Amino acid sequence: MIRSELIQKLSEENPHLYQRDVERIVNAIFEEIIDALSNGDRVELRGFGAFSVKKRDSRTGRNPRTGESVEVDEKHVPFFKAGKLLRDRLNGHGG
Amino acid sequence: MSGKTLTRMDLSEAVFREVGLSRNESAALVERVLELMSDSLVESGQVKISSFGTFSVRSKSARMGRNPKTGEEVPILPRRVLTFRPSHLMKDRVAEGNRRG
Repeated sequence: MIRSELIQKLSEENPHLYQRDVERIVNAIFEEIIDALSNGDRVELRGFGAFSVKKRDSRTGRNPRTGESVEVDEKHVPFFKAGKLLRDRLNGHGG
Repeated sequence: MSGKTLTRMDLSEAVFREVGLSRNESAALVERVLELMSDSLVESGQVKISSFGTFSVRSKSARMGRNPKTGEEVPILPRRVLTFRPSHLMKDRVAEGNRRG
């Protein structure tokens, strides 16, 4: 499934909503998650999973082409862990 | 870094602010988005949300594991795991927002 199919499906299920409003709703949800992570917050969606931010320490990397060493600054990266219910469903238990 | 934890309630609130729906209906829509994504992952193994990221299901084969406490060998059954690959946009915004935290 891709974003447009998700919007399509939701629109079909909610004929009283304009498709452009369904788009705004879907955008608002994903936008809120990115915003939270940008602020260093977590987003925990029981059953589905949790989004968080992990810190990667600075390190000395190497340019794979030239072999030259380069300092890589510390950085923060998004991380997702699937929730128990979804993990169980993927493995054929429950729902 | 403020270190708060947001939940479904905060996502519903964002939907509520965005369009003129009731709080109940906003919450129901958030729930439905999560359900549709979960169903699609169980059935087809992939959900791609442009400018957000891609969720994919990968199959892991069986292997021998070890109970770290007792040292005992235990078989780990084949299973399906879910991974998330954030989009470049998400990675950039998260890196930028948390710089010099």
